[in-house]
Amino acid sequence: MEPKNKITGAEAILLSLIKENVDVIFGYPGGAIMPLYDKLFDKNNELKHILVRHEQGAAHAAQAYAQVTGKTGVCFATSGPGATNLLTGITNANLDSIPVVFITAQVPSSLLGTDAFQETDMVSLSMPVTKWNCQVTCADEIPDAIAKAFFFATTGRPGPVLIDVTKDAQNELFEYSYKKIKSIRSYCIKPELNDKDINDAIQLIQISKKPLLFAGHGILLGNATNELKNFIAKTKIPTAVTLLGKTTVSEDDTAYVGMLGMHGNYAPNILTNEADLIIAAGMRFDDRVTGDINRYAKKAKIIHIDIDKAELNKNVKADLAIHADIKCFFNEITASLNYLSDEKWRNEFYVLHEKEEDKVIKKECFPEIGKIRAGEVIRLLSDKTGRDAIVVTDVGQNQMMGARYYQFKNPNSLITSGGLGTMGFGLPAAVGAQVGQPDKTVLLFTGDGGFQMTSQELGTIFQYNLPVKIIIFNNNFLGMVRQWQQLFNDRRYAETNMPTPDFPMMAKAFGIEGCVVSERENLNKTLDTMLKHNGPYLLEVKIEKEANVFPMIYPGKAVDEIILEN
Amino acid sequence: MEKELYTITAFSENHIGLLNRITIIFTRRHLNIESLTVSSTEMKGIHRFTIVVEASLDLIERVTNQIEKLPEVLRAAWYVNDDIVYREIALYKIPINYAIDRNIEQVLREYNARLVDIQNDFVIIEKTGHVEDTEKLYDVLKPYKILQFVRSGRISISKHKKELATYLSELPINEYIKE
Ligand SMILES: Cc1ncc(C[n+]2csc(CCOP(=O)(O)OP(=O)(O)O)c2C)c(N)n1
Repeated sequence: MEPKNKITGAEAILLSLIKENVDVIFGYPGGAIMPLYDKLFDKNNELKHILVRHEQGAAHAAQAYAQVTGKTGVCFATSGPGATNLLTGITNANLDSIPVVFITAQVPSSLLGTDAFQETDMVSLSMPVTKWNCQVTCADEIPDAIAKAFFFATTGRPGPVLIDVTKDAQNELFEYSYKKIKSIRSYCIKPELNDKDINDAIQLIQISKKPLLFAGHGILLGNATNELKNFIAKTKIPTAVTLLGKTTVSEDDTAYVGMLGMHGNYAPNILTNEADLIIAAGMRFDDRVTGDINRYAKKAKIIHIDIDKAELNKNVKADLAIHADIKCFFNEITASLNYLSDEKWRNEFYVLHEKEEDKVIKKECFPEIGKIRAGEVIRLLSDKTGRDAIVVTDVGQNQMMGARYYQFKNPNSLITSGGLGTMGFGLPAAVGAQVGQPDKTVLLFTGDGGFQMTSQELGTIFQYNLPVKIIIFNNNFLGMVRQWQQLFNDRRYAETNMPTPDFPMMAKAFGIEGCVVSERENLNKTLDTMLKHNGPYLLEVKIEKEANVFPMIYPGKAVDEIILEN
Repeated sequence: MEKELYTITAFSENHIGLLNRITIIFTRRHLNIESLTVSSTEMKGIHRFTIVVEASLDLIERVTNQIEKLPEVLRAAWYVNDDIVYREIALYKIPINYAIDRNIEQVLREYNARLVDIQNDFVIIEKTGHVEDTEKLYDVLKPYKILQFVRSGRISISKHKKELATYLSELPINEYIKE
């Protein structure tokens, strides 16, 4: 007989998750985690479990769920292979700073270190790719471990955390109580913004003639899109975004001047090297953004604001490095600054953008001859969904096309793998996005290669009838790699050419509707059919095989050496 | 940028795995740790790491930031040798007959070393100082047939008036506070 006031470690995990406002878990069961799943069986009302088809999928789905809901993602996996299957997903969440709590099971503590069946040292394995992790070997450590996990995952610069729980800790009875954590002495959640920093920033802005604002992912993570909007409404400082900062500002905002980086827009890349002031807000000067760092933004003073002090002066030396919460920063500076950017400077962006429109965008989005192009499909879908869908992409050309040609307006409406560039991210992330936003249209743009890396998640989409619209751009190539081979390896297409299965037939095997479109004249109608379809849908679009993504900053080149065509 | 020897000091909570997290920061950047000392501090539950590493200032700054970024690290800072007083301790084991035959007393006096243990067949000598000092004594003792030699990692104390450690005394007693 169980003493009345005691519960098992497994049940304590679930109760603690409920206390942390968790309602969805992505996961996959196995031997070591059976006690936890057994307790989950009785908690169906409070905790919805999404059974994926591979633990990597659970990790990606949990991350996307976190991104579209603003909640913390939660993911379960068993010991050994279940846990190691998570690693790509954990790493992805880590590089993109997404709060996900991973709970992995472990062999009984008496067997730790004996190479027991399905024992892997998950704490060591996940150490370089988590913000924090720990192992729990007795039940009464569980509440504190979970409270810390949520605290670390969600505060400061968010990130994934992992708790490894031995099987005996799950089974052990103990007296449970739970309280959330309010503060931890070793960890500052909100650096204080000091007046001097704001005053210095104001001075730098006021003397600048050619200011440029970079809006990064930190603005979404810091819930500061409104504050950003107010700042640019007041100052009209041209605002460029990073890939993960794409949805920080609506694309029809007059200050919006496009995306930075290797396949970003022409104007902001060129003018980065003309600007006399760069305000880098919640971004980290990734090498895909900066190109050749020795020829990057040399004319500009740099104000860099980030909540993560280790990002300041890491890649680019800042003239003014501000360690602060981005929301506070924008609030303070908008209140005290009186500045309006010069119209001539703003116009320089429009002039350059016209060039890109003419040389690239028109051909990509409104072609009249040749095979269907990814850009035109995406632009059509952007219009047809009223720019209101959640767009998930895989990695490669499809990703750059999705980011470039869907005309985003809502914060957090682009879910893409930025830091890690994980092929196979797309389909499971679409699962997570749709679970998190059941009433939204979720569009997945993926390639024929990346789709096949995690296509088993069609099973999950089928099981939960998630109305995801899957658009596979089939070029029969690993397109992005092929593009590099064309440009830099003399068209030697080593192992990038792949025959593909009948994708709609694959979908049908999972009970999912689908079709192929290869002619432009059928495109419109097919897209309408897909969007109107009540339930999941897979559309394979046969596109131009050797289409390239442009503009492009070639590797080793400077941002202002971006080119519009080959 | 030129490489130099730096000493990084970090204070942390006493948690399993933290040492690993810290060393990963170095291995990831292909940095070799010259010496590493971890010990408890005067404050219960708080540990001090003293890490000696040769690198460029630029890299040292970034590495120190990455260490301080770890959620369970309280503070981290770097120093050049001039900023700190530092020591290593070395122990030398010498056969007793050699020690008696060759007038060890003079060596001990000259090199400011101490005899810390005497057994039937060997003696143990201790010397504290910089690497160069303990190395020098090693050379001097070589003719004495050193049976064993061991040297600790560096410990250091900063010459700044407000040392990192003073901040320890201002820390909350509890590691965390619940709602
Ligand atoms: C897991 C993984 N393996 C390899 C790569 C390298 N890679 C980047 S893009 C790409 C090609 C992607 O091809 P496909 O999925 O067909 O998409 P496309 O570029 O054609 O749109 C490859 C192989 C990667 N990013 N991730």
